[in-house]
Amino acid sequence: MKVTMTVNGKAMSAETEGRTLLSSFLREGLGLTGTHVGCDTTQCGACTVHVDGQPVKSCTVLAQDVAGKTVTTIEGMANPDGSLSVIQQAFQDNHGLQCGFCTPGMVMASAALLAENPHPTEDEVRHHLKGNICRCTGYHNIVKAVMSASGATSQKLAAE
Amino acid sequence: MHDFELVKPASVAEAVAALAAEGAQALSGGQTLLPSMKQRLAAPDRLVSLLDIPEMRGVCHGDRGLAVGGATPHAVVAREAAARYPALAALAGQIGDPAVRSRGTIGGSLANNDPAACYPAAALASGATIVTDRREIAADDYFQGLFTTALDEGEIITTVHFPIPERACYMKFEQPASRFALVGVFVAKYADGVRVAVTGAGEDGVFRWTDAEDALTADFRPEALQGLVVDADGLIGDLHGTPAYRANLIAVLTKRAVAAA
Amino acid sequence: MPKDGGIGASTLRREDIRFLTGKGRYTADINLRGQAFACFLRSDVAHGRIRSIDTSAAEAMPGVLAVMTGADFTEVGGNPTGWLVQSRDGATMKEPKRPVLAHGKVRHVGDAYALVVAETYAQAKDACEAIVAEIEELPAIVDMAAAVADTTNRVHDECADNVVFDWGWIEENRAAVEAAFDAAPHVTTLELVNNRLSPNAMEPRASIGDFDSGTGDYKLYTTSQNPHLTRLLISAFVMGIPENKLTVIAPDVGGGFGSKIYHYGEEAAVLAASKRLDRPVKWVCDRSEAFLSDAHGRDHVTKIQLATDTEGNFLALRTETLANMGAYLSNFATCTPTFLHGTLMAGPYKTPHVYVNVKAVMTNTVPVDAYRGAGRPEATYSLERVIDKAADELGIDKWEIRRRNFINPDQFPYQTPVGLVYDTGNYHATMDKLRELSDIAGFEARAAESAAKGKLRGFGLSTWIEACGIAPSNLVGVLGCRVGLFDAATIRVNATGNISVLVGAHSHGQGHETVFAQLISEKLGVPAASVEIVHGDTSKIPFGMGTYGSRSLAVCGSAMMKAADKIIDKGKKIAAHMLEAAEGDIEFNDGSFSVAGTDKQKSFAEIAFSAYVPHNYPLETLEPGLEETAFYDPANFTYPAGAYGCEVEVDPETGAVDIVRFTCADDFGNVINPMIVAGQVHGGVAQGIGQALLEGVVYNEDGQLLTGSYMDYAMPRADDLPNIDVDHSCVTPCTHNPLGAKGCGEAGAIGTPPAVVNAVIDALRRGGHGQVTHIDMPLTPSRVWHAIHG
Repeated sequence: MKVTMTVNGKAMSAETEGRTLLSSFLREGLGLTGTHVGCDTTQCGACTVHVDGQPVKSCTVLAQDVAGKTVTTIEGMANPDGSLSVIQQAFQDNHGLQCGFCTPGMVMASAALLAENPHPTEDEVRHHLKGNICRCTGYHNIVKAVMSASGATSQKLAAE
Repeated sequence: MHDFELVKPASVAEAVAALAAEGAQALSGGQTLLPSMKQRLAAPDRLVSLLDIPEMRGVCHGDRGLAVGGATPHAVVAREAAARYPALAALAGQIGDPAVRSRGTIGGSLANNDPAACYPAAALASGATIVTDRREIAADDYFQGLFTTALDEGEIITTVHFPIPERACYMKFEQPASRFALVGVFVAKYADGVRVAVTGAGEDGVFRWTDAEDALTADFRPEALQGLVVDADGLIGDLHGTPAYRANLIAVLTKRAVAAA
Repeated sequence: MPKDGGIGASTLRREDIRFLTGKGRYTADINLRGQAFACFLRSDVAHGRIRSIDTSAAEAMPGVLAVMTGADFTEVGGNPTGWLVQSRDGATMKEPKRPVLAHGKVRHVGDAYALVVAETYAQAKDACEAIVAEIEELPAIVDMAAAVADTTNRVHDECADNVVFDWGWIEENRAAVEAAFDAAPHVTTLELVNNRLSPNAMEPRASIGDFDSGTGDYKLYTTSQNPHLTRLLISAFVMGIPENKLTVIAPDVGGGFGSKIYHYGEEAAVLAASKRLDRPVKWVCDRSEAFLSDAHGRDHVTKIQLATDTEGNFLALRTETLANMGAYLSNFATCTPTFLHGTLMAGPYKTPHVYVNVKAVMTNTVPVDAYRGAGRPEATYSLERVIDKAADELGIDKWEIRRRNFINPDQFPYQTPVGLVYDTGNYHATMDKLRELSDIAGFEARAAESAAKGKLRGFGLSTWIEACGIAPSNLVGVLGCRVGLFDAATIRVNATGNISVLVGAHSHGQGHETVFAQLISEKLGVPAASVEIVHGDTSKIPFGMGTYGSRSLAVCGSAMMKAADKIIDKGKKIAAHMLEAAEGDIEFNDGSFSVAGTDKQKSFAEIAFSAYVPHNYPLETLEPGLEETAFYDPANFTYPAGAYGCEVEVDPETGAVDIVRFTCADDFGNVINPMIVAGQVHGGVAQGIGQALLEGVVYNEDGQLLTGSYMDYAMPRADDLPNIDVDHSCVTPCTHNPLGAKGCGEAGAIGTPPAVVNAVIDALRRGGHGQVTHIDMPLTPSRVWHAIHG
């Protein structure tokens, strides 16, 4: 079945089976390989994207179940001119990433937090990110990045 | 996973009809069902998605307390139950992680009845009523053991009614890997008595700790629990905790829940 | 102040841009035209004899292109062991064969014994379920002590008592150690387990085999820390493909931590399948599959004894260890518990007599190999735990007992009794720095605050040293290593002056693209932005040994410096010609070649241009072009060291441990990019805390893996960890490499576990539970609670 949804502001379609996961739809159907898959038990969060503004783990959502909805992936997070958004820039400025594999999910989860709670405490950041596993950074610089981005939330966090 | 047909009904009636087919199974948030299908532990021919049924979503307040639609995600309960039933909202806000809470629903959690899930403790401690497409079931009759409930094949939880307690608190000690409850204790004080429900610990799933209920009904203070011990028999023992350890946690968390309620 | 973008600057990482915008290109992101998908069928029993495998139903399934089993790979060689270790009695170790796909027997849950290739991954997976295998289950060998005791049940027939080797280090020390123990006034004994871990790089392994029937060339895209090593193993040992017909590409790799050093059977299998089908064949590992097939780490059972006088002076040390190898010998499995463990058992201390015994044991579990730190965390943990126990028994302060036994700064170079010569260090300095940063003076007040909340506060100290910058070849060769451990770099100055640096090291999180550019920028006086770092493709880069053992900067960075020296030397010759001066009068500074004492000069770009447009050029004596390669093989390991402090609060009612403060004072020698070094330490500490409190691979007695997913294997999450205070201001530069750099990648994983466990034991002792002298990792709440309450 052909499924259409709005991805990063554009209507996009691909063929699906009932079992096609949103992560596969994005990666294989649309070629948006920035969304990564790091586990099969809905825990690592590398596949986190936004559906209608809410963070979801795209490896545990059926593509057909979100037909017609609005999806934002890491590829849609930069500013319209291509420069890094505030949250992305904060990750670079604070060395909040190393191998980069968990990073798309971290950025999407962090953006969701700041959208809901623009000035979180460090504790709130740590609790909010517990569904996103990073093996490289020890989270220290990720937390720093999110805190630093929260100081700049007068600007738009992402182009969504 | 094996392939299947996804059906997206717009009403409870349509959903019930769709579930009548051979090999059909309800899909709520899918945060447990889809991973188990990936492991090929479940292989339904048809999934009936309940997420887009408006009458099954949302939280509202009425004379039976708080009514939570069966397909209401945890994140919505965490937000919308906060004013009327803060302990329930806090419980919902501790399930999984934010992305899981966007999708996972109360109906899905109660229908699955994982022995370490949080919602069963809230439902049992609150004496909730589980409303389905065909009847109402009291929480005391609903939970029937590990992953087992009073629901019939194809029966859908449409609403859960939570009587609102005078005071309540849920204390969860997380299993460090899954972040499910290693032990979770929900204490709820009503005019007619205190109910204490324990999740994560029982080999048969969620259960009531009646000794603590009696003691707390008489005297709702942590001190009232002094000397009460939980029998480790029948408690889960696994690599995350022995039955004796879980028995201890039940007592400790109950005391802390009363103090914080 | 460091120059912008030069050595010592916290330059932001250039690679971040692609990772932050979803443009990273990991193996699973690569899709080749016409690719088919592979799925492996893995054993669900720990030990069994394969009686038959019927693939006919699977072959008839929709989309299935090929089904292969172990029988298809009997012609090819086995995956070899990189190190040959000799037993105490002089016998060479046992070396059981490791096939591409299990043949004859399956030896662990997850052992792959068949492969289906189909048009889609789902079809391949469906067809795996249709393979009918008759496997006669044999008793599982899981516990090491039982494995050694039972000579009838064997993982491999050639290992009679399941022992690969029985190693003594150094055997000649043994008599003196025994004598010292016999005469010692005090002996402290500790038995401990260094828990088995699953590395869990967030990117699961993936491989794509691509055979070109037109040229006979093979290409392998794979998740590797060292593409040349993988090519060498496949070519020379496993498949016999000539090296010049095989290209190995490791594109962006999402973390390794050791687990992606090794060649795995899946890589050979997709190459073979690609050749059979004349199509690219892609395999992407599931996380559940990763738990069953990625090499695990650690898994030692150790008895350690420390002999001291009554003042706490160390007189002698001895250890006995059973080291789990798992079901097959992974590439560096035998090196980890021996030359990366026994040789470090002196630690930063001047203990005169040390003897280490290690028995390597085969079991029906996933193969065990080097994981971040590899051997050195095991050595440090044993040593730092027994020292704390000795201090408690002797009533000596924990800082003082270490200070008393440290090698003094004026004793370097220092020959340890276990083979290594430490070139430089100052262990007093890092420990003093730690003490200063840890606010020890305020500890009692903090402890009182904790007590008021019903919590027990404790402080744990560990000091650590490691041998890293893994090399030198002649030394490791004597120790049994079958490969060289140099590294290599080519600097290609392009005609317009920008530079491509092709390196043997591989970056999978370390930030080489940024740091290596900083090095070249500083050395050649060119903007970092004009320097491009190329890695990960054997068809482009020189033969280097890749990234592990905290070696990239110390070894590959040094190769880059040597190549840059050659570039400068040649540039001087070109400049001398262009400036009509003697070569000896040419100076090179800040990117410009000048005649000493004059204002005559040529820029780096002008020299480069002249090298490629050699119109005014000494062609009779000098070749055109400006490209130099250097191979660097260091004279010694490097020896970073440091001191770690951990402050915990223990909830005695639940056994929960909360790390409230964590401080590191390290000596990494010279630091190129402090931001990246701090990040490496943070990550290592997180893995160390993971080992100490959360992580542990658990098998049941049938050899079934109980921790096969993140539901049961506890990965450290953001809310488990504290902020981590990092300092690397104590510097004793490495004396034998041109950068003075030592390496920082593994430090955190080495120094952290004993600091955490020492802190918990300290908290319990201070809280009146002095009967608890040890708890095995991971210190789960349940274990801590039982230690307190029985």
